[in-house]
Amino acid sequence: MSTTNGMIGKSVKRVEDKRFITGKGRYTDDIVLPLQTYACFVRSPYAHAKIVGVDLEVAKAMPGVVAIYTGADVAAINGVPCGWQVNFKNGDTMKEPKHALLVEDKARYVGDAVAVVIAETREQAKDAAQMVLVDYEELPVTVDAAKAVKPGAPLVHDLAPNNICFDWELGNPKEEVDQALADAAHLTTLEFVNQRVVPNAIEPRSYNAAYDAVSEKYTLYTSTQNPHVIRLLMCAFVLGIPEHKVRVVGPDVGGGFGSKIFHYPEEALLTWATKNINRPIKWTAERTESFLTDAHGRDHVTKAEMGFDTTGKILGLRVKTYANLGAYLSTFGPCVPTYLHGTLLQGLYTTPKINVDVTGVFTNTTPVDAYRGAGRPEATYLLERLMDLAAHEMEMDPAELRLRNFIPPFDGVEQPGFQTQVALQYDSGNYEGVLTKGLEMLGYKEFRQKQQEAAQNGKLLGVGFSTYIEACGIAPSAVVGSLGARAGLFEVGQVRVQPTGKVSVFTGSHAHGQGHETTFAQVVASKLGIPMEDIDIVHGDTDSVAFGMGTYGSRSLAVGGSAIIRSLEKIIEKGKKIAAHRLEANADDMEFEHGQFTVKGTDKSVSFGDVALTAYVPHIYPKDLEPGLDFSSFYDPANFTYPFGCHIAVVEVEKDTGKVALQRFIAVDDVGNIINPMIVEGQIHGGVAQGVGQALFEGAEYDSNGQLTNATYMDYCMPRADDFPLFETATQVTPCPHNPLGVKGAGEAGTIGSTPAVVNAVIDALWSGGHQVKDIRMPLTSERVWRAMQTPVNT
Amino acid sequence: MIPVAFEYKKVSSVEEALTSLASGGEGKLLAGGYSLIPAMKLRLNQPALLIDIGDIPALKGIREEDGEIVINAGTTHNDILHNDLIQQHLPFFHEAAKMIGDEQVRNRGTMGGSLAHADPAADWPALVLAADANIELAGTSGKRTLKATEFFTGLFSTELQENEIITAIRVPIPAEGSKSVYLKFENPASRFAIVGCAVLRLPDGRINIAFTGVADFAFRDAGAEKAVSGKTMDDAAMQEAQTAAVVGVDILSDNFASAEYRKHLAKVYLKRALQAVM
Repeated sequence: MSTTNGMIGKSVKRVEDKRFITGKGRYTDDIVLPLQTYACFVRSPYAHAKIVGVDLEVAKAMPGVVAIYTGADVAAINGVPCGWQVNFKNGDTMKEPKHALLVEDKARYVGDAVAVVIAETREQAKDAAQMVLVDYEELPVTVDAAKAVKPGAPLVHDLAPNNICFDWELGNPKEEVDQALADAAHLTTLEFVNQRVVPNAIEPRSYNAAYDAVSEKYTLYTSTQNPHVIRLLMCAFVLGIPEHKVRVVGPDVGGGFGSKIFHYPEEALLTWATKNINRPIKWTAERTESFLTDAHGRDHVTKAEMGFDTTGKILGLRVKTYANLGAYLSTFGPCVPTYLHGTLLQGLYTTPKINVDVTGVFTNTTPVDAYRGAGRPEATYLLERLMDLAAHEMEMDPAELRLRNFIPPFDGVEQPGFQTQVALQYDSGNYEGVLTKGLEMLGYKEFRQKQQEAAQNGKLLGVGFSTYIEACGIAPSAVVGSLGARAGLFEVGQVRVQPTGKVSVFTGSHAHGQGHETTFAQVVASKLGIPMEDIDIVHGDTDSVAFGMGTYGSRSLAVGGSAIIRSLEKIIEKGKKIAAHRLEANADDMEFEHGQFTVKGTDKSVSFGDVALTAYVPHIYPKDLEPGLDFSSFYDPANFTYPFGCHIAVVEVEKDTGKVALQRFIAVDDVGNIINPMIVEGQIHGGVAQGVGQALFEGAEYDSNGQLTNATYMDYCMPRADDFPLFETATQVTPCPHNPLGVKGAGEAGTIGSTPAVVNAVIDALWSGGHQVKDIRMPLTSERVWRAMQTPVNT
Repeated sequence: MIPVAFEYKKVSSVEEALTSLASGGEGKLLAGGYSLIPAMKLRLNQPALLIDIGDIPALKGIREEDGEIVINAGTTHNDILHNDLIQQHLPFFHEAAKMIGDEQVRNRGTMGGSLAHADPAADWPALVLAADANIELAGTSGKRTLKATEFFTGLFSTELQENEIITAIRVPIPAEGSKSVYLKFENPASRFAIVGCAVLRLPDGRINIAFTGVADFAFRDAGAEKAVSGKTMDDAAMQEAQTAAVVGVDILSDNFASAEYRKHLAKVYLKRALQAVM
């Protein structure tokens, strides 16, 4: 393996894959502790029901039962908190009902936990749970956000009239936007649903909580994306137990997509209960339980209007969204449809007037929170659907329409960042670049020719565009604080050089599929000029890592990687002092390259390994310097990062069935500098599959009784490899100007960009056949597309 | 995904299986298990006793006998897929086997299990119906043979009695010059049939048409058959067949396909199937 500065930009194979693909990963469910017990939750089969009584007599007598708890047992304990506060327009704080560990009064969604049974074995727990007899009194149900706010709709929480959690607005004053739209030569209006999706991490949620009566210390193994955040929320806000007495470990985690950011009631409940029974308790969700209780994503009902002048220049954008928050506030539920959605409605365009109005709504459904992309896919879907539809309506070319409205290129250094109408300042961008590249890869002219010929032969071909931007590297603490975050969003990176020159890196970010152990090691190897094998990346354990905010929002490398860079800089600076002393030179005259400290302009040098040893065996050592070579940094970035790109989908629609075949998918992404191109491409592939999944296959279907009718893989359609063509990917590099690596983040780009491209392509195909359709509700099942084609043909 | 506790008994002959079935208690036969086990894991099915007939030698294998292809009931989908007799005489069975589940399912699942389970969207029912197959049953009181057209009676229900086992499926070898096809519009999630259409066209002009996925159980479409049998297959005949198809049938409806759309698909797939056998 190559060892020096050249490691950055290399497609190094992922070091973690050996254990994953040979089945040697160690996930929470693999951990069995001495005297292990197992939990099974009794969950409400009704979406809204008063709990009249719970009869435990039969269940308690079942074999192997250790303990059973109900809502009454935990009534005095706080619920799990919400980590983000969104205020009403009038300044009132959002409605924040208790999210109890077990419900006492009534169940508010199918899956709401009413009781927990703890037994010697998983099977015994399950059998006994079936014998917990709950007397429910069914109540009327509300599931649709736009309907739940209407007078007379059933109330989910008494403290939230009309089921409204908050109403919120951002951007220019509404009157200014109204005026801009009134003055427009053309107004494109789109009413649509961005449907609810289920995260479906391959590893279900799993927790194993233990208590040691001697040290009075708790350990919680949890399938989480952010162990320190879980510890903080659980200790400080729920259980009131001292943080230094709690160790939270997120071992190998099999995918999260956002759903494992949040602090769930089961985590706190198990941690509370383990002390009571003085034995470890494990719970792993069954698949249908995951469908019912992992926080869902999206679920917006939106009306969006965009006004254009006669040349196609955008004059204004007005958006009204009802965001379904589910039955309770999940950890970041309120932030997703507001600060991660409304703030992105500038898109890549110079739109001078924007107003977005969002109502957050409680319903009798599973809580909704961040799901890969979180708010930004919803914003991108809204804008990019509008752009393609407007192009159709104005008989303009959709690529040309975008080129007329793009913000001109800026690098954020020579040219300043771009201030949007919706609170953000973009860091750097070259938006024409990615579209131009995408059109080249597509062979746009030839495609339109082919499309015309196909239409003449009765075939429906379509192309759809999506030019997206996202705000990533979720950070600056001061900014997010001012927007309602109840936590900082910095990251911690500690670099410990061992006496032999081997390096342990402790990062507060967490890998659950991203490949940190490879990417971060490449960064460190390059900076220190040592082999990757000499570097260990440690994450996921609050006892090892000083602190951390975790992994989400494509922030690991931009924020977590930058923290590591800061510590590496401190290591090198101290190393120079040690080396200078050994070489009898001045520290200012030292330079460090390829693992050697050298006196500038001489051949006098000492290796990194020697300096490390000297730091720990400080016999010949500067008087005023502490021994050791170990630094920690808290990195709080100056701004978000703003990756962007252009996604293009080509589809064929079967006329007599409405079946959609995705023929090509082109993704040109600009994620700033790239450390490992293979990992970035992998992230794009996975993200695109997920985004296309939402466009064509996935969607949580609640019936009017609040039953999730597709809570198994027989019914909920996940995308599969044979649904896809080979993706055609390319990258453009516009470095981030404000972090040391110049990176922007790649984890969500695929999901954010791809969904509207596919839907636009299907609609373009239909227009090519004369069906002037504005919208087809996602997922674009064959039936929905077929129905759209039953409309009269316009020729 | 934990079933209720159950007893398990592995048997090595049909007689032993029948004795176990008759011995009282709620015995349930386990063949490949790819329908039963998931239902048990979801606790939708809670048998007290599982009688494993998966390794009974007499229930395996395919042979030619008296102008029929005899498929023993325990033969797996993959064994059918890779069998030369099937490929030669019943090419639409070969095609259908390819479309069932995935490799794991095809390695475990059996034709007898599929017919006994009678999932409204399973593939084999359409095939045995179109092929005019007979289904051999063994019970404690002896053997009997049912026509496929008499076998299916409702949603997950058949003429099979609680103390009976399907032992074989006897499929008449279609006369020289016959043409057959099986086409399927898949549910994108489960890949079961939303509409499956099996058509066998015999040299004497008869055309057998069977649908699966459309209604509570697979059926022969007499109306469509009448419209096309013995006719020259021109546009008018095709139109007539489509008009006559799936009439008087209670059509299924779900998240993926409403009754109206399913009915439309049945007609589209009928047309494609008829075109394929012309």
